[in-house]
Amino acid sequence: MPHFIDRRLNPKDKSLGNRQRFLKRVRSQVKEAVDKAIQGRNIADADKGETVTIPTKGIAQPTFRHSTSGGYRERVLPGNKEFQAGDKIEKPPAGGGGDGGKEGSDQGEDEDTFVFALSREEFLDLFFEDLELPDLIKNNLKEVISNKYRRAGYSMAGSPSNINVIQTMQRSLGRRLALRRPKEEGIQELQHEIFALEKISEPTIEQWARLKELHETLEELQRKRRVIAYIDPLDVRYNYFQPKPEPNTNAVMFCLMDTSASMGEREKDLAKRFFVLLHLFLKRRYDRIDVIFIRHTHESSEVDEETFFYATESGGTVVSTALVEMQEIVEKRYPPSEWNIYAAQASDGENFSGDSAKCNDLLQSVLMPICQYFAYIEILDEREADIFNDETQGAELWRSYRQVYDEWQNFAMKRISSPADIYPVFRELFAKKDERV
Amino acid sequence: MAKTAKTKIAKTKTAKKPKLLFEGSSWDFGALDRTYDAVEEIALNDLGLDVYPNQVEIISSEQMLDAYSSIGMPLMYQHWSFGKHFVQEEKLYDKGFRGLAYEIVINSNPCISYNMEENTMAMQTLVMAHAAFGHNHFFKNNYLFKQWTDADGILDYLEFAKKYIAKCEERHGPDAVEEILDAAHALMDHGVYRYRRPPEPSLREKKERERERHAYEEREFNDLWRTVPNADKGPEDDTQRDAQERKKRLHLPEENLLHFIQIYSPALKTWQRDILHIVSNIAQYFYPQKQTKVMNEGCATFVHFYIVNALYDKGLLPEGAMLEILHSHSNVLSQPDYNDQRYGGINPYALGFAMMADIRRICENPTDEDREWFPDIAGSDNWRCVLKDAWANYRDESFIQQFLSPTIMRKFRLFSLADDSKEKFYSVSAIHNKRGYRQVRDALARTYDVAALDPDIQVVDVDLLGDRQLRLKHTQRDGIPVDERDKEMVLFHLKKLWGYDVIMET
Repeated sequence: MPHFIDRRLNPKDKSLGNRQRFLKRVRSQVKEAVDKAIQGRNIADADKGETVTIPTKGIAQPTFRHSTSGGYRERVLPGNKEFQAGDKIEKPPAGGGGDGGKEGSDQGEDEDTFVFALSREEFLDLFFEDLELPDLIKNNLKEVISNKYRRAGYSMAGSPSNINVIQTMQRSLGRRLALRRPKEEGIQELQHEIFALEKISEPTIEQWARLKELHETLEELQRKRRVIAYIDPLDVRYNYFQPKPEPNTNAVMFCLMDTSASMGEREKDLAKRFFVLLHLFLKRRYDRIDVIFIRHTHESSEVDEETFFYATESGGTVVSTALVEMQEIVEKRYPPSEWNIYAAQASDGENFSGDSAKCNDLLQSVLMPICQYFAYIEILDEREADIFNDETQGAELWRSYRQVYDEWQNFAMKRISSPADIYPVFRELFAKKDERV
Repeated sequence: MAKTAKTKIAKTKTAKKPKLLFEGSSWDFGALDRTYDAVEEIALNDLGLDVYPNQVEIISSEQMLDAYSSIGMPLMYQHWSFGKHFVQEEKLYDKGFRGLAYEIVINSNPCISYNMEENTMAMQTLVMAHAAFGHNHFFKNNYLFKQWTDADGILDYLEFAKKYIAKCEERHGPDAVEEILDAAHALMDHGVYRYRRPPEPSLREKKERERERHAYEEREFNDLWRTVPNADKGPEDDTQRDAQERKKRLHLPEENLLHFIQIYSPALKTWQRDILHIVSNIAQYFYPQKQTKVMNEGCATFVHFYIVNALYDKGLLPEGAMLEILHSHSNVLSQPDYNDQRYGGINPYALGFAMMADIRRICENPTDEDREWFPDIAGSDNWRCVLKDAWANYRDESFIQQFLSPTIMRKFRLFSLADDSKEKFYSVSAIHNKRGYRQVRDALARTYDVAALDPDIQVVDVDLLGDRQLRLKHTQRDGIPVDERDKEMVLFHLKKLWGYDVIMET
């Protein structure tokens, strides 16, 4: 007698431990791949899982094995069609090629690379790694938005509490009409007539026949009523609910950046991380977020993400133009009564002389009252970071922003020179937010 | 009593008019039970197989993926390489490049086989015949498995290994354990004994032997020998004699590198030696499987094919199920030609099954050619015995050498191709014709010879009291070198284990 054992309910993911060990092993390479992925990604989908390709260095499993070339070997192959003993066949040219590498290379995977997919969790873990976020915040960011149930039509099945009476009755009525279910009144009429006829003590033959006919009709009608139900299970409709993320509030996020030549690859990368992080924070709170990109040199324009991060422009630097542009967009498309407005600005701190005062003015009088939050980061060289370690000192733009900072609680500013500096910018925002909520 | 009588009646009734074992494609445990019994009936009483008791476990596809990644074993210690493997398999599976196996079977007593829940009832029938009887019989009877593996103890041993390694991780940190395991895995292929030796004598036997030796020396002592002029040939041979002496003491040369390091490494701690021991034991456990792929799969395939046909002939299988089984059977047996896109070597299922079916044919309807090639078995009236003998006493290499018939060579249109790196041409050295049969057969058998598959690397010398340099020797065969990049990496691991310099000569 065999033993049959049903193991299907045993825990799966037995090799989760192995997977974690593997990820740990390739951490540095994966991290690199994740950073590259973030750079190439839209801000709004920064937190999707990712397929990463890493070099096999470090995860090779070497053994003493025969080299694939050299020496004398003899192999046996099936499917001979035209060869005779002694035939010579020219070797394909060295360095692979030919039709030798039919598999593998097409799939973009050769001996030196290894491709696999990271889950969203794993991806974010790695992304957060050098941002030095406190654990609590990390968890909050990773948290998936809970779904709300919304009406989504009707269904044939459901729980009794969800019965939709109107829909059900409509169907019932339609069916009863179509199948000609006898109405109550018709039967009553018949019964009255029968009653009246039966009261006659000596009915005539016609009356007798009529009575018999009426009886038959009545019986027929009553049978029909029994067969055709008033409410058939077919009629019943239930309200159907579907889980949907509820857009309770909308937010718009303005990304402002100086794109003049002084902003290099490194600066843009830091700025991007900053924007991504703000977007993640916002996403946690708002179901719908619009992202607007405004770049500026000595003049500014709204652009798409691609242009924002990758196109370079030449020209001077007039920061106020970006603020004016933002103001115009808000007026046109995002009335502050309906939208939560967030702004993040990144710059290397340079500005056309005299313009900084104008910025200060614009911010204080127009923008700050309508913004939930305005964050400004100044991206410095690591060299410069040592020189400007005093918060109160700085270039013209920094000094005038400093005034805004003193006035407005929802204004944050920070100098950053490495990814680890980004988070503190948000700390204040969250301290405040959490108080309010 | 009344009850047994009733069941007896019921049984005779079913015997008179056979009823289908199952209908439709979905399975349930009742149908599995009935089918197992019917399969067992044929396997034991008709084919006369000898099997371990079976334990059939139903698992889901995720669990199958899990099992894949730990080299098919239900219990395994944790290591990143299994994670890597898992990630690879998962990707292939998710993208639909590869389906999962229908079953995994483990050489243990009781013999555990895993069947996937997604299988249809027809497939479950096939899989039970294939794994629970085909593979099972082979595991229990083949000499390699009998000699090298301990089916009774393997599960307990893996359980122990898993716990031991987890404990080491706890005590010494995962990184230290990982380093040892990495190094051990690199040497895994060279961590097996290839030839059986007499079992290590017990301590008491050793002492007994030593006492006898002393007694003999005392008895034979004669001072006269000292005075013989060339008894002591002189000091110039001293170093050589020392080396001789040393090698003898260390049992050199030694082919089981892992074992040698585990015993003699000056650098390892006890727990590290234990881990090496575990890895080499596991390598040894899998060593027979490597040598019997064609036979093992051929045996299982032959058995399932025979059993399902017998079931069908008895009227126990519905026609739809039989068609499904045949479809799957012929899929497994497909052998693309060498110039086909799908060609990936000779399919062990196809070759094994074809050879075994051919043995049966040779026994039943031999041709003149068969009588010439296989005078022993041609026309023998008991093909079951011939096959069982082959399953028990051969491995791939010797099986092909012994039983590959001209019929099969013609059927597969086999030809052998010589590749000399010094020449600009491949040359066809033999094809499936009268002049070539023997050469093709020899060449094919050689490609299944494990001794030729792994490079021959042995420890030849080490002076434990001197510089402690470990000297390895690679004996080249047909001038085929060892892969350089891998060699460097393995030597790097070896140095870590040995603690002193390691060199390899060719």
